[in-house]
Amino acid sequence: MNELAEKYLRKSALPTILCPGCGDGTVLGAFLKAVDELGVIDQLALVGGIGCSGWLPVYVNADTMHTLHGRAIPFATGLKVTDPNRKVVVFTGDGDCLAIGGNHFIHAARRNIDMTVVMLNNGIYGMTGGQVAPTSPHEARTQTTPYGNPEAPFDACKLAIAAGATYVARWTAGHPHQMARAFKEALNHPGFAFIEVLVQCPTQTGRYMKGGADPVAMLEEIRQSVVPVSKAARMTPEEMAGKLAVGVIHKEIRPEFTAELIALNGGAAR
Amino acid sequence: MTVGSDVRLMQGNEACVEGAIAAGCRFFAGYPITPASEIAEVMSQRLPQVGGHYIQMEDELASICAVIGAAWGGAKACTASSGPGISLMQEGIGYAAATETPCVVINVMRGGPATGQPTLSSQQDIMQARFGSHGDYEIIALTPSTAQEAFDMTVQAFNLAETYRVPVYVLSDEVVGHTREKVRLRHDLAEVEREAPPKEGYQPFRPGPNGLLPGMPAFNQGYKLLVDGQLHDETGNRAGHDPIKSAALVRRLCTKITDNVKDLTDVEELFLDDAEVVVVCYGSSARPALEAVYAAREQGIRAGIFRLRVLFPFPAWKLAQVAAKAKALLVPEMNIGKLVIEVDRVANGAAVVSLPKLGGLMHTPAEILGAIQKAAEGGERP
Repeated sequence: MNELAEKYLRKSALPTILCPGCGDGTVLGAFLKAVDELGVIDQLALVGGIGCSGWLPVYVNADTMHTLHGRAIPFATGLKVTDPNRKVVVFTGDGDCLAIGGNHFIHAARRNIDMTVVMLNNGIYGMTGGQVAPTSPHEARTQTTPYGNPEAPFDACKLAIAAGATYVARWTAGHPHQMARAFKEALNHPGFAFIEVLVQCPTQTGRYMKGGADPVAMLEEIRQSVVPVSKAARMTPEEMAGKLAVGVIHKEIRPEFTAELIALNGGAAR
Repeated sequence: MTVGSDVRLMQGNEACVEGAIAAGCRFFAGYPITPASEIAEVMSQRLPQVGGHYIQMEDELASICAVIGAAWGGAKACTASSGPGISLMQEGIGYAAATETPCVVINVMRGGPATGQPTLSSQQDIMQARFGSHGDYEIIALTPSTAQEAFDMTVQAFNLAETYRVPVYVLSDEVVGHTREKVRLRHDLAEVEREAPPKEGYQPFRPGPNGLLPGMPAFNQGYKLLVDGQLHDETGNRAGHDPIKSAALVRRLCTKITDNVKDLTDVEELFLDDAEVVVVCYGSSARPALEAVYAAREQGIRAGIFRLRVLFPFPAWKLAQVAAKAKALLVPEMNIGKLVIEVDRVANGAAVVSLPKLGGLMHTPAEILGAIQKAAEGGERP
């Protein structure tokens, strides 16, 4: 077994529910690398939503809640406020975070509550069998858009920035080292950190949307669809059509919710 | 108005807040709604004074989820709402039941369904408290009739939540919540302290001999907890695919409450030694019932009161004993007639008379007295 896996995985929860060729395991590996380098395993409070990605924290031998569909962030909010020293990390999917959990997501970003939200984006509802998601491309064929998706997808990072997130990064399952660095930055960032990771889902996105389930080809296609933030800044909207920027997209420091709450409430104690 | 240090004039909603704080509540997450908003308002003022935190969430489902997170974060926690907000919370309440999370939900009931009657009272949500979330589980529900009981029962609710590791409802209503009455801030109601379980060989969901989970651990204390809303085994790992383990958990979630119904029974009994007409009542509708029974006694009618302070688990065993001696059981409720179905199950030959009241107003004592007189005129026990 991999050294980090041996050290940090919750053995009783294995094997994982992940399909062969899934990108989620790469994300978990990068996260454990960041946790190991920071030495924060005992400070972690992990919260998973519902969907394939929501299972990732269950496999980590840390204090973990596997919650309700879309509601991971509110659970995480209660954990953070009751002990600001916790490093609270939410693992969520694109449907969990942006559809059923969209309102919680934007309000947590607005509050700038200190937590890290890792959104694994496979562009589809994987666990339930390949239905259209708020991140599925326009005209995509899925199990619930057999004639094509009439909707436009969310750009989750733009949404996070607009709502008030203070650290926003995007990487892909083809960038494990950059991802690990982003996790470290996010875990140390004093505010709401959002990391979107584009992951290949051979079982659902591959079969229904792409017409093939080759994970290597899918990952390569994802890598070809992204450009570094610095390069994206020099490209025209026409050149960026169908592409997404990867890297640290936004970073700022502004008052953090839990610290503000404690500071403002401190005067009430008697 | 302050009358001495421990006796104050306050509304039921405020009394709930003081009861919660007396019981050790240090976290509240909520969302404004009539007629429960005063609980959030007073919580936002009072909790910081005792080192706790009030947070206002984006909706009621987020509120109950934050409460559950806070409970595992190490705080005694509660939320409060009414009709539509309580409906939104149901998924979270089921999660709390499944994960055996101690927490308190205060429902200041208003008229429904839907947006219903925001400013008027009802008792229409009693069965929602019991059955509102999907799946099989049991909760505990307390029904205060006065502002004093709003205080006392909120303390009791926190204590029961800790002991039974279950979400506990305080089923208040608009009348109890908004009526200003004398409340003594009692210090004699013992707080059940949260005890950290021993770490050696600890399995977080392994019950003791009484079917209850011992103590309550918290995150980041070295337990490496796994809390999962999926059906799980004693370690917390998912077991939804295992029919035996799944059945064992669900059965225990129910029997840990129902098997302890005698310990949980809390009934006010008045004139039951010789009562032939018994008014079975709870919450605010017990107030006119009480006056009606006194008036009936003055007229020589042998009337009595069986008032449920713990509504669920329903004390069928005790009511059955009372019913065996009674000619009639009258059930005044500010709903279409809900608890009367439970009463009917244990009537033991006594006539059961439903006295439903819809529209948002309480029963008048005269309405209930009229029903008592009519029942008393009936013949002997059938």
